[in-house]
Amino acid sequence: MKYLRIEPERPKIAVFDFTCCEGCELQLANKEESLVDFLKCVEVINFREVSSLKGEDYDIAFIEGCISREDEVERLKKIREKAKILVAFGSCACFGGVNRMKNAYDLAEANREVYGDKPKETLPVRAIKEVVEVDLSIPGCPVNKEEVERIVQYLMVDIPFQFPAYPVCVECKQRFVTCMFEKGYLCLGSITRAGCNAPCPAGGLGCWGCRGPADDPNYEEFLTLAREKGFGNEEIAEKMNFFGAYEGVAK
Amino acid sequence: MSRTINIDVHHLTRVEGHGDIRVKVEKGKLLEASWEVIETPRYFEVMLKGKHYTSAGILTARICGICSIGHCLASLRATEQAFGVEIPEAARKIRLLAKHGETLQSHVLHLFFLAAPDFLDLPSALPLIEKNPEVVLLAARLKRLGNMICDVTAGRTTHPVSLLVGGVAKSPEKAKLEELRAELIWALDGLKVAVDVFKTFQLPDFVRETEFVSLKGESDYPFIGGRLVSTDGVDLPESEYRKITNEYVTDNNTTKWCKLSRESYAAGALARFNNNFKFLVPEAKEVAAVFGLSPVNHNPFMNNIAQLVESVHVTRDSIRLIDEILQMSEDAPLMAEVKPKAGSGVGAVEVPRGILFHAYEYDKSGRIIKADCVIPTTQNNANIHYDMGALVEKFAAEGVPDEKLELLCSMLVRAYDPCISCSVH
Repeated sequence: MKYLRIEPERPKIAVFDFTCCEGCELQLANKEESLVDFLKCVEVINFREVSSLKGEDYDIAFIEGCISREDEVERLKKIREKAKILVAFGSCACFGGVNRMKNAYDLAEANREVYGDKPKETLPVRAIKEVVEVDLSIPGCPVNKEEVERIVQYLMVDIPFQFPAYPVCVECKQRFVTCMFEKGYLCLGSITRAGCNAPCPAGGLGCWGCRGPADDPNYEEFLTLAREKGFGNEEIAEKMNFFGAYEGVAK
Repeated sequence: MSRTINIDVHHLTRVEGHGDIRVKVEKGKLLEASWEVIETPRYFEVMLKGKHYTSAGILTARICGICSIGHCLASLRATEQAFGVEIPEAARKIRLLAKHGETLQSHVLHLFFLAAPDFLDLPSALPLIEKNPEVVLLAARLKRLGNMICDVTAGRTTHPVSLLVGGVAKSPEKAKLEELRAELIWALDGLKVAVDVFKTFQLPDFVRETEFVSLKGESDYPFIGGRLVSTDGVDLPESEYRKITNEYVTDNNTTKWCKLSRESYAAGALARFNNNFKFLVPEAKEVAAVFGLSPVNHNPFMNNIAQLVESVHVTRDSIRLIDEILQMSEDAPLMAEVKPKAGSGVGAVEVPRGILFHAYEYDKSGRIIKADCVIPTTQNNANIHYDMGALVEKFAAEGVPDEKLELLCSMLVRAYDPCISCSVH
């Protein structure tokens, strides 16, 4: 894969998974029309879900999932020592994701509920940045492959990239989607960072905030408008806490 | 045989999630052959408590990154059963088409990217990009088709957005459906090439008598809802799924184990094939014949072939569904009225790795009091474990060297296409 007729160095990448559904790393194998080119851009050193190679000389480590057990802490720290760039990959890695909802429950009781008298080891969920230093965060449940491609281009040949500062509403309007908030849904599009191309409002679901806050979100106004529309505090908090990205904003 | 064998595979590769294989043979005696799931638990059943019914499908889709549509559909069905909601015919068809898209993308992903490298003596499918690009392009195009179907019908392939309690939020665009139809026609030929590729692979010759559990077809190859059946003669309504799954907790696994008439049972493509062969489309039956696969087959490695057979089936059936959806009136209803009420419901859906159950108990405001999700790989984990013992005994006795034995054990696990993080959830 040449750039300006020069063969650029292919970044040596590794992909590791912790507590999650592995849906974000699956996105790396999606968008098949450019999959072969994408894979030619990188050198896969360690990616357990698709390869038996277990190399350790990687430069960039993509981390999917959150941390919820002591052995994961150890494994993550070792990866941090080896990686030049550590990427929190997806909402579980960035914020804890849906898993963070677990923290609202008593863990001993949760264990009893699921495992009866044979409890399993578990810790309150932490995002990757709460355990080690993170160099780059790519949010999304799941991540948007197109955005990932642009980030890899940036890492590879410095093609400028920055996350949109604006909220999902902008991309939603560009798709001519009728405003879900106006239609009576508790849509978080006005406070959530764009970059996903608004699939959830366009699909009839409204935005649930998986990508976390846009730059300078106006929470106060959002909460006022949501209450004016008749949404209760509990309902607002439930939605804002769904992906763990707005902890402490709605009470 | 007076061999000593030690196999210790930590975090098996080319499977979803984290599991270990351990085999110990001393002086020819099998001391241990185990499949252990060590994935971190996420406690989804606990997180579902208190959730509003509109959140359940969105949350449970996140149990699995590969079969999120299947989870969402099982969740919706459980809720609809609890509320007594009958979804419109159009929504039923669109949901089944989404299900077919997921089955195709998941089977192709597993067959080409996770299973095939073992038969080609490669660590992954990545070297094929240079060595055999036409196979990679074929697999990518088939997988893309599966994902395109999901995008068009469910709004997104991983973690769907337009599948809602009561039906579906949107009708797929006609132009998109026509595009899909053309690509599906191509796929019928593309899959013939896939069959040629898999014909060159030598499947391990291994049989262990197994009970197979799946939905029971009444007039079609079943995917969403219906009675439950096993090859040992069990036949129960969907609502009595617990009499099938009998989940229990073991010391060494974060997944639960299941058993029915024997110490374990199997779910998945081979289970569906074994129980519902007669409902497959003729082209799919022809593929089965090419591989000498007929019901009831007890070779777990044949699950790969059953996935190939099902890929052909869902491709053909998707064309039928698209034709029917294109015939429907534009203002055909997509959503039924949903009124929450107190009660319980069960949703059984055949997802790529086997039968999946969601069961919820609701209060009168439509919030969940109790939830239970029984995942296909949870049902398979004990069966994989017991298969492994039999596999090691057979091949060790035949003098298969240690390295090959380790590969066979890994291939056995991969043949089930396990979704390990899903099985723990």
